[in-house]
Amino acid sequence: MSEELLNLTLHVWRQNGANDAGRFETHQASDISTHMSFLEMLDVVNEELIEKGEQPIAFDYDCREGICGTCGMVINGMAHGPQKLTTTCQLHMRQFNDGDEIWLEPWRASGFPVIKDLVVDRSALDRIIQAGGYISIRTGSASEANELPVAKEDADKAMDAAECIGCGACVAACPNASASLFTAAKIAHLSLLPQGQAERRDRARKMVAQMDAEGFGGCTNHGECEAACPKGVSLRWIARMNRELVRAMVKADTPIQRRDRAS
Amino acid sequence: MELRSNEPTGPIEHRWEKHKEASKLVAPANRRKYNIIVVGSGLAGGAAAASLGEMGYNVQCFCYQDSARRAHSIAAQGGINAAKNYQNDGDSVYRLFYDTVKGGDFRSRESNVYRLAELSVNIIDQAVAQGVPFAREYGGLLANRSFGGAQVSRTFYARGQTGQQLLLGAYQALSRQIEAGTVQMHTRTEMLDLIVHEGRARGIVTRCMKTGKIGAHIADMVVLCTGGYGNVFYLSTNAKGCNVTAAWRAHRHGAAFANPCYTQIHPTCIPQAGSYQSKLTLMSESLRNDGRVWVPRKTEDVTKRPEDIPEADRYYYLEERYPAFGNLVPRDVASRNALYVCNEGLGVGPEVDGERRAVYLDFADAINRLGEQTIRERYGNLFEMYERITGDSPYDTPMRIYPATHYTMGGLWVDYNLQTTIPGLFAGGEANFSDHGANRLGASALMQGLADGYFVLPFTVGNYLGEVRTLPPLAEDHPDVKQAVAGVSERIRKLMNAPDPKYPPEHFHRLLGKIIWTKCGMSRNKAGLEEALLEIPRLRDQFWREVKITGEGEELNQTLERAGRIADFFELGELMCLDALEREESCGGHFREEHEENGEALRDDENFSYVAAWEWTGNPAEPRLHKEPLSFEYVKPSKRSYK
Repeated sequence: MSEELLNLTLHVWRQNGANDAGRFETHQASDISTHMSFLEMLDVVNEELIEKGEQPIAFDYDCREGICGTCGMVINGMAHGPQKLTTTCQLHMRQFNDGDEIWLEPWRASGFPVIKDLVVDRSALDRIIQAGGYISIRTGSASEANELPVAKEDADKAMDAAECIGCGACVAACPNASASLFTAAKIAHLSLLPQGQAERRDRARKMVAQMDAEGFGGCTNHGECEAACPKGVSLRWIARMNRELVRAMVKADTPIQRRDRAS
Repeated sequence: MELRSNEPTGPIEHRWEKHKEASKLVAPANRRKYNIIVVGSGLAGGAAAASLGEMGYNVQCFCYQDSARRAHSIAAQGGINAAKNYQNDGDSVYRLFYDTVKGGDFRSRESNVYRLAELSVNIIDQAVAQGVPFAREYGGLLANRSFGGAQVSRTFYARGQTGQQLLLGAYQALSRQIEAGTVQMHTRTEMLDLIVHEGRARGIVTRCMKTGKIGAHIADMVVLCTGGYGNVFYLSTNAKGCNVTAAWRAHRHGAAFANPCYTQIHPTCIPQAGSYQSKLTLMSESLRNDGRVWVPRKTEDVTKRPEDIPEADRYYYLEERYPAFGNLVPRDVASRNALYVCNEGLGVGPEVDGERRAVYLDFADAINRLGEQTIRERYGNLFEMYERITGDSPYDTPMRIYPATHYTMGGLWVDYNLQTTIPGLFAGGEANFSDHGANRLGASALMQGLADGYFVLPFTVGNYLGEVRTLPPLAEDHPDVKQAVAGVSERIRKLMNAPDPKYPPEHFHRLLGKIIWTKCGMSRNKAGLEEALLEIPRLRDQFWREVKITGEGEELNQTLERAGRIADFFELGELMCLDALEREESCGGHFREEHEENGEALRDDENFSYVAAWEWTGNPAEPRLHKEPLSFEYVKPSKRSYK
């Protein structure tokens, strides 16, 4: 496809730490090739800022191939920008037109404090996994892998749920800043496999309790999370999470200790 | 410096068992008295930290990413090898061992490779028990595929995201230990130096990437699982943050760096579209099963639309040069030939910095023969990814591909215990040099990372601690610690205050990458390497004079982070070229143009059957070479030929 050059106006959220009020700052991006990725466009702007002696725009990135889940920003009001099933790093400038104004904001959620500019602290998601998002199996104590067959259908469904990259776009897109899709995807993945049965009930209760403790909102079925998810993780896992939780609570006889948000 | 491999002797199939029996153990009640630092949270580091924590040690785990789940192991697509022989097609531990030694072009240690093959089966058991959703057959048993030209189906996979699922398995095991309090995780924390006290590795100096705070962490030993150094080329398939700093800082303290010139180039990546390009994306090698590689025969055709070039004017160079293997020649052969046709001026695609560097990978014949639906089923997701990045649909027009750096076989020299030449400093995964020789087979990187992390390190670390028993306490105000911390602060001060600041660090990284890629990349020669060895120090001096970093050191400063890593790449790049110059033979990923026969690599077993382990001397231009001779008792060296 042929290359075109774009001139764009960027309105970028600048914020120096969680206690700074923050503000939009306007920058011009000139002669941007339509073959550039969105983050490469920001690289170009940043190199110009450095050469001018100004501070570059801070944003998270790593693999730049859509799998590590590090990158993410709200672009024109949409988490990861306008292209479906695409992380910010995989978004390319041919999705934009010459003369466009682009608004860039960090993930906004009380569970994700801003560290700087577009960089937020997503460690709350790690703590949800730490609360129970695993199968407790000691290294070296596993039995022969093919001893326990898993129906292909279940394995495939578990893989669908396991595709989550933990980027947090679901939280950013949700009007309630709920982390339900993220939490549900892990609960579903592990509850679908025979290996995950022993801890199934406790896992659901612990993970949901931690999600609440981190200050994320509840799910009220807006469906924005699924629409924003770059991996297409399905909303039906939230329904499954709710069933898991009800199932667990019916049988529960000890309360789950809520832990405070770390740091 | 003395290189002692410490490998056991006797029948190869009993060596690991024998080694374990002779090793020291630490009693469960004593383990919590030991503090272990693990740097890196990928397959090797994450698995090691989780396993050591579970055993009862006090573990501190560090990663530069914002979460342990983001390490670059996550990007591996293809799969993981294991000698399970579930397909009943004649696979065995011995065959996987044999294939790996041969694939490494007879430049690896037999004992290590055998252990890797042996442990491969335990990895699959472990991952399945953790809930890794591997692909399954309708009967509910695990599915396998044949990968990278292997003659057996021994590769386990989870769609195109095997690395992701295995990493999440390790991450979840690690999360469990964090919850249990045995592992303390430090994210967004970068190791910037090693603390050595009385000849032993006793800690690290880190920079908190959120606040810029420099701090010392003291322990009884340090394990580095910090990945490879492919980003020395600037453009590679590595994540942007991948760097050599942790390994290089250890090297400067006395850890030998082995075989730095062994780098793997992957033939099928999406080519560079412009000078702004920040990384390259790999396309699965499986595409070569149905795609035909070609360039125009005439230089005047390179700007034409491929559809307008008649069949007779297309040069299917792999099919013509290698009639037996055609488009399926091994990675290094495919890569080098793409380089040569582009050097002849036959490259296609947009001009970047005055050159066209791409070849066509054409599916038109396969679509005609099998129908678009079949091709869509086989490669639909890859075609979609290609279109997302380039804007072209491979159903309508040939893909453009070009080789890119993908993996580095070289790394910190380690013995059979994965201990470096500094006592108490261990290295696992891609960060060490140990198992792949001069070339890594497909689906073997995940296998090695997890074998080291779950099964080797937990054991050999215990042996080390059992041997040293009690180390004297090391206080934070000891001169060895204070000096290391002061050194890190001073280096940051120097980077932030270059005398004549002009350019952002990337400017220099791009120039360095270009030198290494052209002169120490797919094809190397004496003249080019000698030129590179003049150019690199010049550019390094310019970097330290003119690098421009804005903002402060005591805050989140991504420009500063990158500048520090680039400074270390300069020194590593020089060592790579020295190693490539010294190795007067062609083997695996290292191809010296002076050593070939009809275009085939010419290995020299008589003179170069050794591991080149380089010792830092204080002057990057004059490292000291130590040789660990290699002997092959089981797999007799033979010549590769694909004609």
